[in-house]
Amino acid sequence: MRDYLARWNWQRMDHRLDPGLYALGNPDEQSPVLVSANYVMSFNRLREKLAGRSLWLLVLDTDGINVWCAAGKGTFGTDELVARIEETGLKDIVSHRRLVLPQLGAPGVAAHEVKKRSGFTVSYGPIRAGDIQDYLDSGRVATPQMRRITFRLRERIVLIPVELVAALKVTLVVAGVALLVSGLAGPEGFVANLAHYGIPAVSVLLVALLAGTVMGPILLPYLPGRAFSLKGATTGLTISLIPLWIYGNPLSGWPDLLGALSAITVITALTSYLTMNFTGTTTFTSLSGVKKEMKWALPLQIGGGLIGAGLWLTSILLR
Amino acid sequence: MQNRLTYLRDVTTLKFDENLCTGCGMCLEVCPHEVLVRNNGKVSIRELDDCMECGACQMNCPAEAIHVEVGVGCAAAVINSLLGRESACCCTIESPDGKSDGKATGCC
Repeated sequence: MRDYLARWNWQRMDHRLDPGLYALGNPDEQSPVLVSANYVMSFNRLREKLAGRSLWLLVLDTDGINVWCAAGKGTFGTDELVARIEETGLKDIVSHRRLVLPQLGAPGVAAHEVKKRSGFTVSYGPIRAGDIQDYLDSGRVATPQMRRITFRLRERIVLIPVELVAALKVTLVVAGVALLVSGLAGPEGFVANLAHYGIPAVSVLLVALLAGTVMGPILLPYLPGRAFSLKGATTGLTISLIPLWIYGNPLSGWPDLLGALSAITVITALTSYLTMNFTGTTTFTSLSGVKKEMKWALPLQIGGGLIGAGLWLTSILLR
Repeated sequence: MQNRLTYLRDVTTLKFDENLCTGCGMCLEVCPHEVLVRNNGKVSIRELDDCMECGACQMNCPAEAIHVEVGVGCAAAVINSLLGRESACCCTIESPDGKSDGKATGCC
C-alpha cells in the first residue's frame, strides 16, 4: 500500500530505511552479500523476490533514492560502499570477500577501486530483482537478458502517476489564472464568463496534461520521430484537431477561429513539453541528446504557449 | 521489437580507445544497452547510438580506455540547471564532485 502511494508521489522521497547490514532468512558467514539502496521500494522488492533464501543485505545510505538515480549522483558510490563495509564490520561477519551489486549501481561504483580499498570483489548482478535467484543459482552468471534494460508497456505505465501528479500542480496554477482572466476579461458577468470561456480553457490544459503524461508514455515507441518533443507535438496536434473534425465547421467569426487556433497551439506546445519531460524517466535517453532537442524545442514550446495564450485572450476580448 | 528503444543519433560523447583496452570485460558487464561487444577476444563498439551516457563503463574501466561525458538524459534537469536550481532531487545536473542536500522534491 505504501509502495502504491509512493507511485502517486505521496511522501515518495521519505520512503527510506536505515542504512546498514540486514539479514534475510538465516544467513551465515558463507552467505552471499547483496548491496542495495535505502529506498524502501527497492528493499521491499528484494525481500519479496528473495523470499526463502538466506543472505546478507548491505543497505547504503542513498538518501532514500533508488539505485540508478543514486549511482548517477554518486551517493550509491565507491566511498559510501567502502565506508559502509567498515562501519558494519562486514569483514568479521562473512568469511568470503565477495559482494553482489545491482548492475544499475555501476555508474557510481568503480569495482576495481572497491577491491583495492576494501578487499572485497564486486560482481554486478542482474538489473531486475526478479532475476537474482537465477543469477545466484547459476554461480553468478548474468545472461544478456539480465543485463539489458527494457522499457516495456507495463514498465512505462507504472510511471504515469508520478508524471501526472508532478505536472498537475503547475497545470492547476495555470488553470486558476486562466479562470480568473476569463472571468474578468469576458463580455458577460463573472460567473457566466467562467462557464463560457474559463471552463473551455481549463479543458484545453487538461487535455494537454493527459496527452503529455498519459498518452505520451503509453504510445512512446509508436509515436513518430526520435526526439520526445516531436513525439509530443504530434500527439498534441492530433488530439487538438479531433474536436474540429467531430464538429465539422463550428467556427463562425474571428473569436471562434482565434479560440480554435489558440487551443491547437497550446495543446501542441504543452503536450510537446510534457512529453519531453518524460525523458528523465526513461531508460534510454542521454544528456547530449536531451540538450540537442531542447535547443530547438524549448523556444518553440515557450513561443507556442505564449502565442496560444495571446490568441486566447484576444478571442475573449473580441467578443 | 519495442525492447530496444533508441534515442537521437550521433549525439553520444562516448569514446573508446582500443589501444588502452586490456579486454577485462567489465564494460560489457555494466552497460545496460550492450553498446560494447567482444569479438574474437577484442572489445569494440557495437552500436554507439544506444549509449545513454550513464558512465558505468568509464567508472569501471581499470585501464581508462573509455571516456564519456556523464549525465542524465532528463529535460527537467536541464531546465533546473538553466534556472540555477541545484537541489531538486535527481532532476539536476551536478558537477562531478558536487554534493546536493538530497532533500527537496524531485523526479527519481
